[in-house]
Amino acid sequence: MPGKLKAKIVAGRHLPVMDRASDLTDAFVEVKFGNTTFKTDVYPKSLNPQWNSEWFKFEVDDEDLQDEPLQITVLDHDTYSANDAIGKVYIDIDPLLCTEAASVISGWFPIYDTIHGIRGEINVLVKVELFNDLNRFRQSSCGVKFFCTTSIPRGYRAATVHGFVEELVVNEDPEYQWIDRIRTPRASNEARQRLISLMSGELQRKIGLKVLEMGGNAVVGYLQCFDLEGESGLVVRAIGTACSLEKLSSGSILNTHTHPNTAPASNACNSPSKDGKEPVFGEDLPSSSGPPTPFRALPTSSSSPPPPFSPSKPCSRQSSSSDTDLSLTPKTGMGSGGSAGKEAGPLKTLLRQQTQTALEQRQEFPFFTLTSFPSAFLLHVGGVVNARSVKLLDRIHNPDEPETRDAWWEEIRQEIKSHAKALGCHAVVGYSESTSICEEVCILSASGTAAILNHRYMREGCLDIGSTDHRFEEPSPPTCGFCHIPYDELNMPFPAQLTYCYHCRRQKVPDVLFTTIDLPAEAAVTGKGCHIQARLCRLKKKAQGEVNATAISNLLPFMEYELHTQLMNKLKLRSMNALFGLRIQISVGENMLLGLASATGVYLTALPAPGGIQIAGKTPGDPSNEQHILTIQKRINDAIAKNKELYQINPPELTEEGVGSPIPEPRQRSRLFRSHSESSDELSELDLSHGKKDAFVLEIDDTDAVEDIHSLLTDANPPIGFYSCNTETMPGIYNWTSGIQMFTSVRILRLSNTNLTNQGLNKIFTDLCENLLKSFYFKLRSMVPCCLCHLNFTVAVPEEELIQVAVTAVAMTFDKDQTQEKLAEKLIPKGGSDTDEQLQFPLELCADSSNSQPSSKISGVPESTNISSRAASVDYGSFADRCSTWLELLRLKAHTIRRGSVKTSRRTQSLAHSVSSLEHSSPLPEGRSRSLRSSRSFGGSSVTVVKMTPLSFLPGTRIIKYLGIINMFFIRETTSLREEGGVSGFLHSFIAEVFAMVRAHVAALGGNAVVSYSMQDCVLMENPNKNQAQCLINVSGDAVICVRESDQDSLASTTTIGHSCSSTTDVTT
Amino acid sequence: MSVELDVFVGNTTIMDEEVYQLWLDGYTVTDAVKVRMEGGVLDECEANADVVLSDTMDQYRTFHMCERLLHSPAKLANQLLYQITPHRQTILIERYYAFDDGFVREVLGKKLSKGTKKDLDDISAKTGVTLKSCRRQFDNFKRVFKVVEELKGPLVENIRHHFLLSDKLAKDYAAIVFFANNRFETGKRKLQYLTFQDFAFCAGQLINNWTVGAVAGPDSFVDNMVEDMDVDLDKEFLQELKELKILITDKDLLDQHKSLVCTALRGKTKTFNEMEANFKNLSRGLVNIAAKLTNTKDVRDFFIDLVEKFIEPCRSDRWTAADMKLYLTHYTNSVHILDTFKHQIVWDRYMGVIKSCIFKMYHD
Repeated sequence: MPGKLKAKIVAGRHLPVMDRASDLTDAFVEVKFGNTTFKTDVYPKSLNPQWNSEWFKFEVDDEDLQDEPLQITVLDHDTYSANDAIGKVYIDIDPLLCTEAASVISGWFPIYDTIHGIRGEINVLVKVELFNDLNRFRQSSCGVKFFCTTSIPRGYRAATVHGFVEELVVNEDPEYQWIDRIRTPRASNEARQRLISLMSGELQRKIGLKVLEMGGNAVVGYLQCFDLEGESGLVVRAIGTACSLEKLSSGSILNTHTHPNTAPASNACNSPSKDGKEPVFGEDLPSSSGPPTPFRALPTSSSSPPPPFSPSKPCSRQSSSSDTDLSLTPKTGMGSGGSAGKEAGPLKTLLRQQTQTALEQRQEFPFFTLTSFPSAFLLHVGGVVNARSVKLLDRIHNPDEPETRDAWWEEIRQEIKSHAKALGCHAVVGYSESTSICEEVCILSASGTAAILNHRYMREGCLDIGSTDHRFEEPSPPTCGFCHIPYDELNMPFPAQLTYCYHCRRQKVPDVLFTTIDLPAEAAVTGKGCHIQARLCRLKKKAQGEVNATAISNLLPFMEYELHTQLMNKLKLRSMNALFGLRIQISVGENMLLGLASATGVYLTALPAPGGIQIAGKTPGDPSNEQHILTIQKRINDAIAKNKELYQINPPELTEEGVGSPIPEPRQRSRLFRSHSESSDELSELDLSHGKKDAFVLEIDDTDAVEDIHSLLTDANPPIGFYSCNTETMPGIYNWTSGIQMFTSVRILRLSNTNLTNQGLNKIFTDLCENLLKSFYFKLRSMVPCCLCHLNFTVAVPEEELIQVAVTAVAMTFDKDQTQEKLAEKLIPKGGSDTDEQLQFPLELCADSSNSQPSSKISGVPESTNISSRAASVDYGSFADRCSTWLELLRLKAHTIRRGSVKTSRRTQSLAHSVSSLEHSSPLPEGRSRSLRSSRSFGGSSVTVVKMTPLSFLPGTRIIKYLGIINMFFIRETTSLREEGGVSGFLHSFIAEVFAMVRAHVAALGGNAVVSYSMQDCVLMENPNKNQAQCLINVSGDAVICVRESDQDSLASTTTIGHSCSSTTDVTT
Repeated sequence: MSVELDVFVGNTTIMDEEVYQLWLDGYTVTDAVKVRMEGGVLDECEANADVVLSDTMDQYRTFHMCERLLHSPAKLANQLLYQITPHRQTILIERYYAFDDGFVREVLGKKLSKGTKKDLDDISAKTGVTLKSCRRQFDNFKRVFKVVEELKGPLVENIRHHFLLSDKLAKDYAAIVFFANNRFETGKRKLQYLTFQDFAFCAGQLINNWTVGAVAGPDSFVDNMVEDMDVDLDKEFLQELKELKILITDKDLLDQHKSLVCTALRGKTKTFNEMEANFKNLSRGLVNIAAKLTNTKDVRDFFIDLVEKFIEPCRSDRWTAADMKLYLTHYTNSVHILDTFKHQIVWDRYMGVIKSCIFKMYHD
């Protein structure tokens, strides 16, 4: 008997009128857990009943406690007929099973009915008494903490990061069971809600068990998804990163003695570098012209897409071919379609031969769902790796054996792992998985960022990522280290332009960098970032079964390629050189595929400046065409110049002599492609004269290219005062004020025109996304200056001819005046959001980091470079050799699908250094005045205000406690769609209801905010002719208690003010 | 190609005050968009017509969904569905219960029944207030009326407490309820020159001085709990008013009263001659109004009587507001010197209200 669950029903309010005669309700409550049910007395004739019941006690296994929700049903007593249900409340009691989380659930919960929505509220008290269970074969995993947050939660220190955990459970969907034909929609919906609640409970418990096995105590970056496979079943799957977290007590934040070997190591780093600082530049430079040589032999290679992409592209292409192969000879009993990565076979053997790092020995997949890391953790980033595979769904025959789905994901993960290897990386960070289902076809996708983690700490299994103390030296310069290539430059996995790091001048960096993670806190950035989106529609013939699957998998590589080209062009148009938070979604519909790639572009100081975009005509000599090209070129150049100004991208330039030119001759080459007109030459010369000599040539040879250019130029920049990004925070903006507004917006477009072309569709889709953004800016105009953060677009094709886009984001205000001054000084506020010490002692740390950080930037940073490069080459250089044949293959494939019209060429480089950042050091008083201001803006209310944000923090506040994970699934159905204001009215109220229920649960746990909130699913089905609609929404997040950061601040500052006052009075008297 | 669905939901409900006003004023979405665009909203944030339309529809939907809560404003504060800042809640409620003076002037004193509601389209046409807005305002009156009808205690306080309105608005609603309950005639042509605020002021005077609650005073808790204490006039008081008739029936008293007033006024006003000549007429008018108030019918005609019997004669004699003030002050105070007159308290209670009502009503 390991647990006792106690529940008490206190009261109800705002109940609906259930008895028309009296305009009142005779309400009572059923409390159910597992198979035990208790009832309260009937409270007659009231819309605000006061039951004040006894404590209902359930004696249950802790396994059940984890799986089952407490189910509270409010009913109207009827003497003569059956009692009418008013609605239900499901309470997840998981947060009570953790000693550190909530201790009691108490509060008003909305009473929810799947047909009528929220119908009044009920006040409930829930407690759990857990008994110690020493059974080692136990099935429960009580006490394992779950976090949706994709970074180490505030107030915790990660003693060990154990790695990837995943699990999936399958079941039959109640909606598709035979009984569904005879039961009411309400019963069916409730069965579904309950089942999913049970399944996610079970899933969480199983993941918890895995974590316990690994020796961890928490899951960070927990991501749970539902696959509604229709007839074939229901899949609930989750991934996360197992960690051993230690709670930081406010007193002892940093235990230096836990890392006895870090201090000597840092010393070792420091000593050799001090003397070799300047000379190294000189020595290294001559050799820099060497590496690119192999690429000159391959002229087309200069047009290569950036590193991250290319490996995945050929693979998805490969997957399509293998798909057809496999589907002809189905090897599994399920008869499902083939899988991605035929090369997975040879690769697996390849992998086995490799010397395994400590990390790999510990676990199969060195994946991390985290997107932001403390500086010591992330050494190098290779680029984005992703893999997709098209599958045919089949009925899940035995729910207890989810092997097929497991195998599918296993394949994809293997592929991801092999891509990471190809990039010379041993780990994948910012990892996520998703699916898109249409009828029986399912696209499985996984993506992440190949990276090299600080395995020195990994091996020890003792990784302190809770602290970023500067005495604790990183082996690689934090401002640019992660940009340095992890792969061997002689055997590059893809063709890329390498140059010496513009920041430290020691290591090679690629010309562009794509990642799925957040911008590392300490990265040196020039200017501000911006949200970049590539959108694409591709028509597809309607088909069934394997033919359909084949068609889709044939389209995938082209889509990925085009999305990538768009991203590249848009990035260049904004004069930026790196993407963070890249998320590529491909959604499948009956007659089309939708692709949406979102990311946040930034100018990384360490990377070379991007070149402009040059337009080249295919038919030189045609004067009208010439003119056309000229005007387009001019528009593009203007746009680039405008963007530079807008995003304040003015990298300080060094003289060209200081930098070697790796490719001396491209000047001529680019001329070849350019049209003969001298004036156009001058134009581009003018534009490129900023020292960015790397021009990206777009050749207008077909309508596609024209479309590309148009779409490039139609993207509107956000209005003045607005910024947007899809990462946690906007690179370049640091001084957030406390104003936040989280929102969800959904838009569905019906395509009435049946004979649409790809171009037409693209236009429609692009306009849809652009208009959504415009709407957001307009709606939130009162918050200016503000930034839309974590803009998360989700596309779907719910029906033929329908395109659905759902967006969840948060608008955060920032102080405009301070932005200008504190531009370069990023470590103070960013660190504040990342490290625990700062949260504990905001004042102290402000002073601390403003003093210590800039100095480490100049002196401390480049010193350690040698060490890191050595480490990297030792571990991964040999491996890269072995992969070279495989990589060669990849490269060839990459070329075959590449359009010949895209060319990149490089002329010279200029050295950009962020010395300027020193000039604007943080004046401490500013921070203080800011916090004072924010403290004033807070207000009270009778209902607890619960803030929600998709970010892992709330600006201006400090999270003092995590109360547990919120993971809720709701179904809403209506048979009176018109009366509810049509489909918009229906969804509007449903989303509002979901928010309300999330807030109520958080408030009942004692919390006042939800961080890392996300809406995983929003599936809407409608039938306006029948006046019906149904919608499913799944949301998750972390319930927290946060307090104003300025509480201590303002206290401190008021005392200082008091002091200064008294001192002045002293003077006057 | 058409937008099938378009929603935007904020964790904190976003409400644009301008759009809210347009919604309250009964504009259709199309008209509201037109008004907004003409108002220059397009200049903000590089918006276009689609964006404004989408935003307006969204806001209208939000308001429509919130309307249910606004019907019982107390719920707005402790409902969970919409997270609205307290400040914003106050604005929402206050604006929702605000009304057009033009409209309220039309229904003031009318029975808040279905019959009146049917006439709303005429009122709409006459006042230029959209029918939708008329309906909302009318329903608000009716709702407040119904709720306070069943409540005990002071009227204004009840309205303020139940509908969370500002003091000013609560007083206006109290006036509306008071007028509707006593069915005061306000629609006659002769009363057209009076604004709602004139009537609201008078209603306040009546509520504070002539009702049951007025006598009880705020200190006596038990009496506070009398039903309709602020809505119905004090019957006892009305009965006592009959006693004032002696001022005009007793010739000595009347003459004495006249001479006292005239002595006091002489030389202080240009219209002295007219005052002296009209004294008996005017005094008869005011006392007769007092004496007749026991009849419900005459209560209804209270304002028309005041205008016909007192205000109009004075106006035709071109009294200034200062003259009026002077006259009424001396007219009231002189009675205290009349030894044989025993109803000083009733007289003061009566004249206090009459005096301030006439002051308020005496304008063009």
